[in-house]
Amino acid sequence: MRDAASLPLRALAGLGGAVLGLLAMIGRVTLFALSFFRHLLTPPFYGREFVVSLGNIGWLSLPVVGMTAFFTGGALALQIYAGGSRFDAQAVVPQIVALGMVRELGPVLVGLMIAARVTSSIAAEIATMKVTEQIDALVTLSTHPMKYLTVPRVLAGLIVVPLLVGLGDVIGILGGFTVGVKSLGFNPAVYIRNTWDFLEPLDVISSLVKGVAFGFISTLMGCYAGMRSGRGAQGVGEATKSSVESASVLILTANFILTGVFFSV
Amino acid sequence: MIQLENLQKSFGPHKVLAGVDLTVPQGRSMVIIGGSGSGKSVLLKCILGLETPDGGRILVDGQDATKGDRDAFLARFGMLFQGAALFDSLPVWQNVAFRLLRGALKRPKAEAREIAIEKLRRVGLSPDVADKFPAELSGGMQKRVGLARAIAAEPQIIFFDEPTTGLDPIMAGVIDDLIREITAEMGATALTITHDMGSVRAIADEVAMLHGGKIRWTGPVAELDASGDPYVEQFITGSSTGPIAALR
Repeated sequence: MRDAASLPLRALAGLGGAVLGLLAMIGRVTLFALSFFRHLLTPPFYGREFVVSLGNIGWLSLPVVGMTAFFTGGALALQIYAGGSRFDAQAVVPQIVALGMVRELGPVLVGLMIAARVTSSIAAEIATMKVTEQIDALVTLSTHPMKYLTVPRVLAGLIVVPLLVGLGDVIGILGGFTVGVKSLGFNPAVYIRNTWDFLEPLDVISSLVKGVAFGFISTLMGCYAGMRSGRGAQGVGEATKSSVESASVLILTANFILTGVFFSV
Repeated sequence: MIQLENLQKSFGPHKVLAGVDLTVPQGRSMVIIGGSGSGKSVLLKCILGLETPDGGRILVDGQDATKGDRDAFLARFGMLFQGAALFDSLPVWQNVAFRLLRGALKRPKAEAREIAIEKLRRVGLSPDVADKFPAELSGGMQKRVGLARAIAAEPQIIFFDEPTTGLDPIMAGVIDDLIREITAEMGATALTITHDMGSVRAIADEVAMLHGGKIRWTGPVAELDASGDPYVEQFITGSSTGPIAALR
């Protein structure tokens, strides 16, 4: 009888514990982000690490970003054509592909690809450094881990992810263009003109702003999870997993909020 | 000189350091012995600021280690980590010259490389190791590189965390000899933690035993075998019977 009565209380306690845990994590991530900005604005600045991060996050992500955007643009063109044909609206393929890629799919897919490729890699690298005492070694060598590991990576993400998003948008539209012209019988010149005429500056600006936000989220969460890693291989695995999970959820949440900010009617 | 006064540190309910009092005289080599989980590493980390003590004081040459310029404080230290803790992404010479390539001690790159190669030579490694990456080296070579990094900026105080763990007896002897020679050459104050009694006898001027979160015994290494302390006697003889509980 007592057990039956305490069951709802235990469930409530569990829910309360989960909410408190979530709030504590939000607090820790916020403090970590504030610490990043504080260290960003104070010397020393590690230029070599920044350049290496630019290459790792930007240049080495090009193939996966390009392929994802191209095939998504192509699939989008096929879907819009098939769906549009139900009410005789096949002609809007160029406009909808452009709008869909630039406003939503370009930034979100690039953000998620960066979360999968870069966030996981940063988290695993920093977590391994923590487990093998390399972070402690940095401190004993008078080098602040936040300045040496986090600032270069997050700053590189802030700069390079919007560029990747812009490139992803263009490649996605190119995917739609290729399918439209080669498979669906669109005139190339008309397709390009319809795409160009339909897009507005705000569409492109929103895409790039989303890129900045997603670059910040993906690199920051990688660094955060790595720095808070537990011990051993299990700790590294857990840090890697949680970094991708949290970055992905935050990217989708931020995307919803930013879409509301830019396009709410 | 390093002075620890009533140093305390707990992790949750587990009290690791329960009031450690210890003095390491300047220019002397102190070795701290104690069982696994006795808090030896935590003690080193507290001195370096990698862990924050719950209570007590840490004085280095009379100055409180928790106050003042942190970088200037750390610039006086070198540390050899248990697993060497070399940076995987950097070649060996940049690991050794890490401090000389950035921060207050920054030197021109060519000069830093020259110093790194000289330090590698001092620990018995040839210059061709300089451009290799840590993953290409054996455990013993990594320890040597770690030692070269610890001494690269000529620190006044050097910490050695289990310097011979995972090495074969011959390589362990080589590392012990290097530590002894180098600290004597530099006139540095050395603080080593180890389980290895061979290392204790090779490295130590003074020995302290940490047990139950406190220093059980401290004295010159020559008096270790006649300490009269049952904990020390059990530890140095490796006996499974005695006041230190040994789980089977």
